Amino acid sequence: MSRGTLLDLIYLIAATTFIIALKGLGSPKRARLGNIIAAGGMTLAVGATFFHQTSDGHNLRHIPLILLGMFIGAIVAVPAARFMQITSMPQLVAIFNGVGGGAAALVSITEFMHIHAEKPATYVTLEVLLGVLIGTVSFSGSAIAYAKLQELMTGRPITYPGQQFINAIFALAAVALIVIILVTSSTMLLWVLLAVSFVLGIIFVLPIGGADVPVLISLLNSFTGLAVAASGFTLGNNLLIVAGTLVGASGILLTRMMSAAMGRSLANVLFSAFGSVVTATGADREDGRTVRSGTPEDIGVLLSYSSKVVIIPGYGLAVAQAQHVIRELADELEAKGVEVLYAIHPVAGRMPGHMNVLLAEANIPYEKLKEMDEANSELTTADVALVVGANDTVNPAAKTDPGSPIYGMPIINAGDAENVVFLKRSMRPGFAGVENDLLFDPKTVLLFGDAKDTLTKLLAAVKSS
Amino acid sequence: MSNAILQYTTVFVLSAFVGIEIIAKVPSILHTPLMSGSNAIHGVILVGAMIILGSATTSAEEVLGFLAVILATLNVVGGFVVTDRMLELFKSKSPAARKAKTEGEGQ
Repeated sequence: MSRGTLLDLIYLIAATTFIIALKGLGSPKRARLGNIIAAGGMTLAVGATFFHQTSDGHNLRHIPLILLGMFIGAIVAVPAARFMQITSMPQLVAIFNGVGGGAAALVSITEFMHIHAEKPATYVTLEVLLGVLIGTVSFSGSAIAYAKLQELMTGRPITYPGQQFINAIFALAAVALIVIILVTSSTMLLWVLLAVSFVLGIIFVLPIGGADVPVLISLLNSFTGLAVAASGFTLGNNLLIVAGTLVGASGILLTRMMSAAMGRSLANVLFSAFGSVVTATGADREDGRTVRSGTPEDIGVLLSYSSKVVIIPGYGLAVAQAQHVIRELADELEAKGVEVLYAIHPVAGRMPGHMNVLLAEANIPYEKLKEMDEANSELTTADVALVVGANDTVNPAAKTDPGSPIYGMPIINAGDAENVVFLKRSMRPGFAGVENDLLFDPKTVLLFGDAKDTLTKLLAAVKSS
Repeated sequence: MSNAILQYTTVFVLSAFVGIEIIAKVPSILHTPLMSGSNAIHGVILVGAMIILGSATTSAEEVLGFLAVILATLNVVGGFVVTDRMLELFKSKSPAARKAKTEGEGQ
């Protein structure tokens, strides 16, 4: 068996571990094992690549440089991934995805420079250009997604007049550039394509709101997969094609599943900011309805003298990182003999599983987390529904108003409880930009402020009552 | 069209179907770890980056290839560690949950 064949065989084994791993990640029991299997396959593939022979029959050059690059990457990645706040996970995934896209684009560019002199076949150049385009869009798009989640910039959709038109122009420019480069094989224009792709990634992501960003990251993740597959075509490497395509295809399906869990289509998630921003920003009270806002002391008393409280956490809890405070509040209430449960909407926090991870981090017992159906039957006998930083997931319009953008999305029936308490940052509607009638309900009390601050005040009030 | 491109396209098409098939029935709670896990898997671009840097003959190629190796390593290592950390949280909670569930059903 020649060295090349052996290497291909090892790549085949690695590709198989990736398939087994993705399969495993879909089941709670085998998920962790699946991840470890993939890591093993990756180590095998990377180790074997040191024995790769270049097209001109040489052994791999620059091995010390390769090892140095891997060393630098690893000493940055491990601490970042190990020690960053658990609530920052979506950001981390965004940034690690972005660098992957960047790497795929760099591989494609370098291969273009390398084979340029040999006048490569048109389809080879096409694969290179697609790799550059998709990889770069993923890189700059992920960077903006990271900035939005890390609150380095506003998490709200950013819109401006003619946005859709400008985005379309850039997309068309990228396609036109690809055609021109195919014909002229100009290296100069490759750099122009790189710049256009970079800008395209940014302007594509700007109008997507902070709460929808996890769905966007899933899509960009899929893009990076496709960019990797394109690099695989260029380099003639089956492992890159298999792994990249697996991620590309499963990523698109996953993205659709995530948006379906919010009761919306993917197109709506990606482009809705164009239309909905007017409702989202012009949400001042114009119809004269009033809301009742309470003091922490009032609400503290209400909670202390209840027999059952159901907490409904949402994105606001995650943003404020208030999971530990809410646990202290629940402990305090339980010490007073109050039964405390948590109602978890499937897309609470707009990221499936987000709340479970967050509350698990605060050591909240798993059996207190109730899924939607069970939570809804508990709510009919609850004294207080305490809604912390959630809005759309408890909006009755999803059931009653066929004209509402969220109509049809399953919701948690917070309104079934005797009293409803909303801890909210402001009267601003949730991401869907829909008015929530429950806020105006006579049995609803609102407490405005950052979830962590208001919960801390509530905790003090409960302790003293 | 050469034989090689046809062979690569075959692999591409089959992989696309496998990719769709294997995650068709995933509970929503695992969407995020799955996204993170597949994020780590596309870090396989490290193999491509190594080949690129290892075949580099000009200094421009060396610089770009070196950068690609660093970025790809960030993707692979970061991706796997983050996913493991996410799943760690699930694991430590699930035995208790399963126990609680069977007890609940026993009553």
